[in-house]
Amino acid sequence: MSVLNPPRSAQPRSARGPSGRGSNFSAWANRHRKWLFAAPAMIFVGVLIVFPLAWTLYLSLTDSQGSVRAATEFIGLKNYLTVLTDTDRFWPAVGRTLSFTGLALAFEVVLGMGIALLLWRPFRGEKWVRVAILLPLVATPVAVGMMWRLIFDPNIGFVNQLLGMVGIPPQPWLSGQDTALGTTIFMDVWQWTPMVVLILLAGLTSLSDEPDEAARVDGANAFQRFFYITLPLMMPTVIVAILLRGIDALKTFDILYATKGKGGGSFHEVETLNVYAYGLSFDYNQYGLSSAVLILFFMIIIGSMWLLTMRKKAANK
Amino acid sequence: MKRRSIVKYAAVAAAMSLGLTACSGGGGGSDQAKQSGTVRVTLANHVWTEGIKAAIPEFEKSSGLKVELTQLGEDQLSDQYNVKLNAGSDEIDVMMYRPLQEGKAFAKNGYLADLTKNVSSDSGWDWKDYQEGPVKATTVDGKVVGVPIITEREVLYYRKDLLQAAGLQVPKTMDELEAAAKAIKASSPETAGFVARTGKSAAVTQFSSFLYSFGGDFVDSSGKASLNTDAAKKAYSFYGGLIKNYGPANVSTDMSWPEAMAIFTQGGAAFYTEADSLYKNATDPAKSKVADKVGFAALPSGPAGSKPYNIPSWALGVNQNSSNQDNAWKFIQWATSKERTLAAQKAGVPGPRASVWSNSEGTSTYPKDLADAIAASAKNGVGHDRPEVVTVGKAREIVGAPIVATITGADSAAAANDAQTAFQSFLDSEKK
Repeated sequence: MSVLNPPRSAQPRSARGPSGRGSNFSAWANRHRKWLFAAPAMIFVGVLIVFPLAWTLYLSLTDSQGSVRAATEFIGLKNYLTVLTDTDRFWPAVGRTLSFTGLALAFEVVLGMGIALLLWRPFRGEKWVRVAILLPLVATPVAVGMMWRLIFDPNIGFVNQLLGMVGIPPQPWLSGQDTALGTTIFMDVWQWTPMVVLILLAGLTSLSDEPDEAARVDGANAFQRFFYITLPLMMPTVIVAILLRGIDALKTFDILYATKGKGGGSFHEVETLNVYAYGLSFDYNQYGLSSAVLILFFMIIIGSMWLLTMRKKAANK
Repeated sequence: MKRRSIVKYAAVAAAMSLGLTACSGGGGGSDQAKQSGTVRVTLANHVWTEGIKAAIPEFEKSSGLKVELTQLGEDQLSDQYNVKLNAGSDEIDVMMYRPLQEGKAFAKNGYLADLTKNVSSDSGWDWKDYQEGPVKATTVDGKVVGVPIITEREVLYYRKDLLQAAGLQVPKTMDELEAAAKAIKASSPETAGFVARTGKSAAVTQFSSFLYSFGGDFVDSSGKASLNTDAAKKAYSFYGGLIKNYGPANVSTDMSWPEAMAIFTQGGAAFYTEADSLYKNATDPAKSKVADKVGFAALPSGPAGSKPYNIPSWALGVNQNSSNQDNAWKFIQWATSKERTLAAQKAGVPGPRASVWSNSEGTSTYPKDLADAIAASAKNGVGHDRPEVVTVGKAREIVGAPIVATITGADSAAAANDAQTAFQSFLDSEKK
């Protein structure tokens, strides 16, 4: 920004003083060009980010329900109180959101690192393997949800038939109260590990070979080289991958909705904060309450992002 | 200097964003000058819609109007209405809606135009021809806000071949139904004796007929929750018990009609209770492996008799904010005419007009046993299949919980007691 803004004395004289009507606008524009150039972006941010956020914040302080155009009353923090004391739906949803994100991330990063290390050194047919591994990434999440729903169907699904062949009794998978969340985590891992691989692979390729070679000369084995050389060097990249994937995983909605529908199943077994807020808003029409949940959710996301960026700064040092 | 320009830009940005919202949210009102030659119609995916879609050129030719059709799945349609009607949009003229699901909420929010004058204006179109139950469901506070298009009753779907092989009669009572389901499950463990919807919210409508037949209802005559009555507890334990004991192995607790219907049409179950308007799914050889083996019967009698719901599942209404209300009515008048209703009924969509049922042509395409079952159900039917409240979505989750609890083997009566408490406080909150 400051580069675009030359010192005042460097500006052409005509731009500063009024000299005739026609050049008035260009003079004005020239004087305010940093604002003028930034205006489209500012308007975009204002209309599409700040306004909806402010509106949600406002709604969360009212008793808005039924129709957003109906008269509402300002009720202060009452919605937040209702939500924060709700041990029936809200807190279980927070728990599910965190365990979904935590478990999915853990699997994705560990698997992603393993695959990235395998793909790191050139080998024959490398291109094909890379393409095949990236395939899940380009599939539409709702279609993925539908596909896995069929595969995991307790009666006609492929997985149970396969298990039946080796003598394992059929499992409920998505329809089980205790197994549904785990099954959706598996689906998330299947779909998003490739993205982690991509990020980590980029990080690995940019590492210099020297430290590794030096360790080799000193007689370090493969495990030592990975844990004492490669991993510490990769830490900033790993944190970037966790950051990007983590925010996305927290916000997961598509596969959960596609597999279990509104409310996350009959026992809310996969109801995360996002699914809960959607149900409050679109099924119950309780916009005030739903907005309060969303604001709290937003704060959770911001909070975890902040924690990770702190961690990244520490890793960079 | 600097500060002032910031203020100026902020003002411009604010004005522009206001301008943008004004563009999108504008319109509305009933300005006759704005009446457009295009009617924007939003319909749900349904057999009825397929018939209307094919006939629309006919309407366009005779009326000189153009029809712009948007067709959506049930859930997407609901979300679409939530967003657009909430914003006061005039982008929808005619809307297909579910009187018992959204009717009260829409009327309360003022989304639906008053059609009272329109329905009585044309004696040839004949509002009096409409059955009483459906009319009641589309009338809110004395105002007609919708015209019913599809009616539904719960009937028993069964497999003729399996019953014959087991030497069983078509069950006439709930006890006989249970005994038959038990016998079939015992003779061939691969086939379920009984299947029906299991999803907490989806199952409520199909459970309602069982509830009525056992002598219960969601609320009593004084408007209080009545889920903990003996009748209701028995109904919960019966419906849930049928599925738990004689249902498919590893039964999912998320099934709505597509999943339950799939099990039945794949040959996986002997009995299935479901809305009659979906019968084509079971008898169409392209969709059903057992198309030629399906029989229909009226819902078996419980202690209080056979009391299936008899309701209008869909209706057409006019958006209150539409600036094209007269033409919207013209479309509805055409789409719900006696001729079109008869054509739809012959295509397998049970209609709300008395005339199509008294006309032998109206039931000519129906399997004989189904037509009989429908006639019997229409006589004893109850006019609602879910709690009659504003926030139906939430109410369904509450009253549906004991069904799912029973299916998973939890204490049915305890679940009914819990639901009673929750439902009463829900009813209280709606009164505020």
